[in-house]
Amino acid sequence: MQKSLHIDPGKCTGCLQCEAACSLVNEGAVNPSKSRIKVFTFHDEGRFVPYTCTQCDEAWCMQACPVDAIVLNPENGSKDVLNDICVGCKVCTIACPFGTINYNTSTGKVIKCDLCGGDPECVDACPTQAITYVDANATGLDKMRAWAAKTDNAAGA
Amino acid sequence: MHYVIIGAGPAGVNAAEHLRQYDPLGQITMLVAEDVPPYSRMALPYYLADNIPSEGTYLRKQTGHFEELNIELLQGRASAVDTSAKRITLLGGKTLDYDKLLIATGATATRPPISGIDLDHVHNCWTLKDADKIIASTKPGSHVVLMGAGFIGCIILEALAEREVDLTVIEMQDRMVARMTNQVMGNLIKDWCISKGIQVKTSTGVTSIEQGKDSPLMVHTNQGESLPTDVVVCATGVRSNTVFLDGSGIEIDMGIVVDDYLQTSVPDVYAAGDVAQGRDLSTGEYHVQAIQPTAVEHGRLAAHNMVYGHGSPHPGNVNMNILDTAGLISTSFGLWMGVEGGEEAEMSDIENFKYLNLQFHEDVLVGASSLGMTQHVGVLRGLIQTGCHLGEWKDKLMEAPNRLSEAYLACAQSQHKAMGPG
Repeated sequence: MQKSLHIDPGKCTGCLQCEAACSLVNEGAVNPSKSRIKVFTFHDEGRFVPYTCTQCDEAWCMQACPVDAIVLNPENGSKDVLNDICVGCKVCTIACPFGTINYNTSTGKVIKCDLCGGDPECVDACPTQAITYVDANATGLDKMRAWAAKTDNAAGA
Repeated sequence: MHYVIIGAGPAGVNAAEHLRQYDPLGQITMLVAEDVPPYSRMALPYYLADNIPSEGTYLRKQTGHFEELNIELLQGRASAVDTSAKRITLLGGKTLDYDKLLIATGATATRPPISGIDLDHVHNCWTLKDADKIIASTKPGSHVVLMGAGFIGCIILEALAEREVDLTVIEMQDRMVARMTNQVMGNLIKDWCISKGIQVKTSTGVTSIEQGKDSPLMVHTNQGESLPTDVVVCATGVRSNTVFLDGSGIEIDMGIVVDDYLQTSVPDVYAAGDVAQGRDLSTGEYHVQAIQPTAVEHGRLAAHNMVYGHGSPHPGNVNMNILDTAGLISTSFGLWMGVEGGEEAEMSDIENFKYLNLQFHEDVLVGASSLGMTQHVGVLRGLIQTGCHLGEWKDKLMEAPNRLSEAYLACAQSQHKAMGPG
């Protein structure tokens, strides 16, 4: 059964433990700037919106990669960066219209959410269940629309 | 149904794979011009910098990938296309019949018509063979003159700098990467390069190259300078590979003229990638964008239309680039130079080589350029491509352009339009 991250911004308190856990596990240090999930703060409304890759079906990053360094993980549907293959050209970072694959200047490679191979650390770290890992039956676009609608309501935009 | 693809770059390879996906039983033949598996020119600088082996440039890494998809790779170059007989002639005389044809022949690096441009030790950097020649003729400390500081020149510049050569860059324009930067950004990139020990001569042209006495070559400029050098690398421009289409009836302008289905002026003949003069989403006009994301999207769309017919017209591609110039990362998207009657927001931190410029038409982002920014840059594409109305966020961005991601989350995702094929 494929699963995906479900984000409910209404439950997010902005504690940033997801960013800490993500960067610690994936990059070996608590460094939110290297986290694959990012919590955006809407000061005016006092709201927080955790944001990361939705593993969209279009996979703009994977399609745009000129060296086959981003591959579909058949286990959980995530699109994973192969560090050994990535040359660091960054074309995926402009091709992804969601801005959820980013260049890591210290490694010279790109990084994106890979669902931690099926056990996402951000989910474990979140104390309010704002981020959960749920069964994914919908398509990437439907997921994105559903997610977008929630963001819209929650952010009051 | 026999689909023939001329060219095995990103557009050709993506088209072949999508043709197979859409038509499991069709016959697919892809003409490969160079004597190596399909590879990415974009990856050449990383090969030149010794970061990857030559195999690292290959577009597909899995052995037997094309065989598994029953895509036949045929070594050869097309020399003519007879569109009434639906027959391609290859160099050497062989012929190949097609039912539907995709031309994805890309471009070729050109050299300016100056004296000495064909001397030994003057190289392009366009093919794996070119890269091998540069690797063989340079070592740390070698003197290299790079002609052209456009997009391709700057990527090569990065690789040459990593090879630790003594590098001089000569650019005719008044700034570096003039096609993706304004004066502020172009100057910052130049200052950055100079701070890295690279000599940059803008508003300067090479007038001639001759054999040197104490060094292999002597380069003369229109500023009256004479530069002794070991190697000249020429990155002054490219042109679409369309010569073999003379007499085919296929309309050519700067590239192959295509409609909004990527079909050429001749039925059943399509074009994709760097050779195709496709629609630009921002301007609605037809340009050769010559960028990787457009090449792969063209490949997919052309395959779709070749198999399923012409459903919905293609709205066009966002022109965009990302460039790493000796460690300084710059991007440009859409109408980065702005539009008449539009407004711009600018944020600069000159000392730290950071810069962001947003261009609006009313409350829609139509273009952007950035320097020193690596996080969430893709939202710039998202905002431009969706054409989303920013409403109150436009004013917020006018004051604080770096609140881009927030603006994106607040606006674009809620107005999200499908951005898939067709």
